[in-house]
Parts: sequence; C-alpha cells; structure tokens
Amino acid sequence: MLQILLKRLLIAIPVILIVITITFFLIRMAPGGPFDAEKAVPPEVLKSLNERYNLDAPVIVQYKDYMLNLLQGDFGPSFRYPSRSVTEMIFTGMPVTFELAFYAILVALIIGIFAGVLAAVKRNTALDYIPMTIAMIGICMPTFLLGPLLVLFFGIHLELLPVSGWDTLPGDKILPSITLGAAYAAYIARLSRGGMLETLNQDYVRTARAKGLSEFNVVFNHAMRGGLIPVLSFLGPAVAGLIGGSFVVETIFQIPGLGRFYVEAAFNRDYTMILGTTIFFSVLIIFFNLLSDLAVLIANPQSRSSQ
Amino acid sequence: MNNNSLWNDALRRLIANRAAVGSACILTVLILAAIFAPWIAPHSYSYQNLDVGATPPSGEFLLGTDTLGRDLLSRILYGARVSLLVGFVATAVALVIGVSWGIIAGYFGGRIDSVMMRIVDVLYGLPFIIFIILLMVIFGRNIWLLFMAIGAVEWLTMARIVRGQVITVKNQEYVMAAQAMGVPNLRLFVKHIFPNILGPIAVYATLTIPQVMLLEAFLSFLGLGVQPPMSSWGTLIRYGVESMEEYSWLLIYPGLTFTITLFALNFFGDGLRDALDPKTSED
Repeated sequence: MLQILLKRLLIAIPVILIVITITFFLIRMAPGGPFDAEKAVPPEVLKSLNERYNLDAPVIVQYKDYMLNLLQGDFGPSFRYPSRSVTEMIFTGMPVTFELAFYAILVALIIGIFAGVLAAVKRNTALDYIPMTIAMIGICMPTFLLGPLLVLFFGIHLELLPVSGWDTLPGDKILPSITLGAAYAAYIARLSRGGMLETLNQDYVRTARAKGLSEFNVVFNHAMRGGLIPVLSFLGPAVAGLIGGSFVVETIFQIPGLGRFYVEAAFNRDYTMILGTTIFFSVLIIFFNLLSDLAVLIANPQSRSSQ
Repeated sequence: MNNNSLWNDALRRLIANRAAVGSACILTVLILAAIFAPWIAPHSYSYQNLDVGATPPSGEFLLGTDTLGRDLLSRILYGARVSLLVGFVATAVALVIGVSWGIIAGYFGGRIDSVMMRIVDVLYGLPFIIFIILLMVIFGRNIWLLFMAIGAVEWLTMARIVRGQVITVKNQEYVMAAQAMGVPNLRLFVKHIFPNILGPIAVYATLTIPQVMLLEAFLSFLGLGVQPPMSSWGTLIRYGVESMEEYSWLLIYPGLTFTITLFALNFFGDGLRDALDPKTSED
C-alpha cells in the first residue's frame, strides 16, 4: 500500500510543477503589463516598479527566481496592492475559506448520508422517492441560484438570518454553509443510496441478518462500511468543486475568503495574486485527491490488489 | 436489420418513460423558442426604455422588465440561444476530442493505450475551473474561446467511457471472427465497432450538455463569461441577484428557466441511458 501511495506521490509532483510552469508562462502572455490600466507613469517610477516585481530580468530568470522563492513559501508582492504580499493575502483568506468548506462538507455529509441510507433501506417507498427527487433538484439547482434564493427567502422575506458577512453577526455562517453544501448533500445522497443498495444485497449482510442481528446493527455496522466507499472516493474530487463553489458563495455573501480574493484578482488583473492562488488551489486539489485515494485504499482492501 | 431493432427497442422503452418524454417535450419547445427567438420575442432584447424600468410582470411585459426597461421574456429567449449554443457546441468539442481519443486508445491498446490513458489520468487531477478562469482573464472574454475551453475540459470522461466500450466490443467473438476473415481495420471499425459504442456516447453527450451549461452560467455569473450586450441565462441570473431585493422577478424567472432546462436534460439523459442499456437501470 505504501508503494501505491509513493507511486501517486511521484505522479503528483511533476503535475504540480507542470501546473506552476504553465500558469507562470500563461500569465506572461497576458496582453498589457500590470500597470497599463493606471495613468502613464514616469519612466523612473516604471523602472523601479519593474525592479520591484523583477520584470526587467529575462523571463527564464524570472521563472527561476519565482520557483526558488516559492520553495520558501514566498509568492511575491501583489500587483494591485503593492504593500501586501500574495502569501499574506492567501493566509488571510485561507482560514475563512477552509472554515466555510468544512461546514459545507459537514452539512453535506450529515444530510447526504442520512437521506441516502434511509432511501436505500426504505427502497421504493415515499422515503426513497421524496429525498431522491429533492436530491435531483439539488444537483440541477446551481449554487449561484440557490444562494440568492435562500437569501431572498430566509434573509429578506422572513428576516431570520443575516444576508451577508462572516463572523460579524450571529448566524451569518448558516446560509453560506448550506448554499455551498447543498449540491454535495445531493450527490452524497445519491452515491450512498447506490452504494448501500449494492451492499445490502451482499452475502455478508445476509449472514448478519441470518445471525439475528437487529436491522439497525446490520445497516450501521455491516452494510454502511462498504456502502459508503463511493462517498469516500467522491470527497477528494469534490474539493475542486468546493473551491469553485467558494468563488460563488463568497461573492454572494461578501465573505472575505480566498475565493473572493481570487475572483477580485481575476477582475483586477492582479497577475501575481492570480498566479499565487492558482498554484495554491492546484496543490490543494491534488493533495485532497491523493488523500481520498488513500482513504479508499484503507477502507476497501479489494482495491489494493487491482491497482 | 438487427441493428435497427436495437434502436427501435430503445425508442419504445424511451417513450414508455414519462419523465423522459416530458423532458424531451420541454427541450423541443425550448430549442424551437431559441431558434425562432427573433420572430417570437415580443420586444427587442436590447432596447432600453427607462420609462418602463423594472415593471413587474403584466399583460404588456409578460415577465416584467429589467432596471433598464428591457423586456425580460425577450431577454430570456435570446439568452436561451447563447446558453443552449454553449451547451451544444462545447459538448460537440468534448465529443470530438473524447471519442477520437478513446477510440484510438481502446482500439490499438498496448503501449499507445497506456500512455494515452495516463495522460487522461494526469489531466483529471488538474484544477480546470481555475484554468478556464485564467484563460478568460488572459485572452479576454471571447465566447468562442469559452466554447473551446469548456469543451477541452469535458472530454476526459468521454474518452474513458469510449475506451472502455471499444475494448469490450473489440474482444467479442463476432469482431474477432471478422478480424480473422481479414476485414480491413477501417471497415471493421465502421461496420462492427462504431454502431455498438454509439449508445453510451449518446447518453454521455446528453448528460454533458447540462454540465457545460452549468459551467458557462457559473462563469457568466462571476462576470467572466458571456459579455454584454449578449446575455446568457447565467448573466441574467447575475443581474437578477443584483436587484433581487426590490425586483425579485428578475431573479426568479431566469433562474426557473435555467433550472427546468437542466432538469429536463438530466432526466432525458437518464431516460436515454435506461432505454439503451436496460441492464444498468435495475435500481
């Protein structure tokens, strides 16, 4: 198993390097320098700016310098906010985004697994059809629509919950977390239903039943172990989606997280910030894919031999 | 013809599926409405008439007007053109790349296959949403670039599915028999393999369209997709969100149209899968 993990790691490292390299050179292909939007600056100012951002060196040297700085965790200064470094901005936004994503996954796991397992156990009854129809709606309803609708209903119409902010008003974390988690709850519900249906028909579950174990015991201790493996392997790739979702949710709810910083950087053409966040997100996504592969390997011994 | 009856059977099963038929009806109406938008739209989609700015739905403006006095129904109809076009064109791009990739890998097998599929594995791990945003930032928000970028992202799963199918079909006895009788590669492929992988391709293509539309709307919502004066459903939802506190219809109607369309596409795709492959539809 250690071997598999090492193999994955060995693939992940070149992939990360490729991502950094492609992003670095793509950004340099962008039309117009970072200061074009501003008023024309005097040549000496431009020169000092170029020096500050290391833009007067040949591209290959810039690339080398960037990579070396990166190894020390230094993403360079922001183009748009010259007084702040990209590293600093990433570390300001990151905890907020992580917290949001954590609550969203929590919401998704609790609701999704509960609904999915219930639907599988009560197959072809109203307890199956109703949650699964809602799950279908959850998958079709995009985050950027669900969020505003929740705001409209719970925030503006009922005036129950705050409509924006993070950590400023009591309860302001509820709507963003539900908005971000809803689609995953829906996917997880479908996956766990499918997985459970499969394991509930397996011989070992039948044996457990035949031994006279309670239905509760059979479902929770025997069937769920195997039945939830699809959920486990879904969680890794879901991180990529969560990051995309955080762009939307943080924009809608005006949350000062990394997702909103990224979208703002994209608008402001804050090239170093885009470069830094892209690298950061990529490493994150690749890391979580690895983690989820590992979790599946641990949970499902069968998958070890097939690798 | 044997081949014909397979599709006839599938069609019969599809027609028996009420959700799929209903979805097909909705989609047909939508596609027709999008094609004929210039003739059926009650007003101009871009004419700004501030005198009627943000009027609620009424007899004159069936779904109301936006803050600049543009008729919302007309804007939704024109938005359908952009959103559906993105859906179909980007899916077509994904289809061409994915199907050729999968066929080549599956048909030739061996080293070619393992190299090609390893590339797919590596690409799978990349953060594509971020790359698309990057492309839109760097090269401007060009709608054709958007098509290509989205299409270039969505082909990976298609390649995997097609490869799997080709390998399964290739190893069947009748194909081996044909091979043994010396049927040339191309003919073998066109006559014997391709018809048998058409089903899964059709199913997955149908299910890719809503994903692509979602991706486009996501980008447009962030302001990185389709640019004014053109508007897709994503842009309409974006404007709807900006003014939802006073003028909730500007959010609700475009949102409803979009959700219903995605719903219909997903149900139709599911129905198609069940109809073409009754084995997998048991639960």
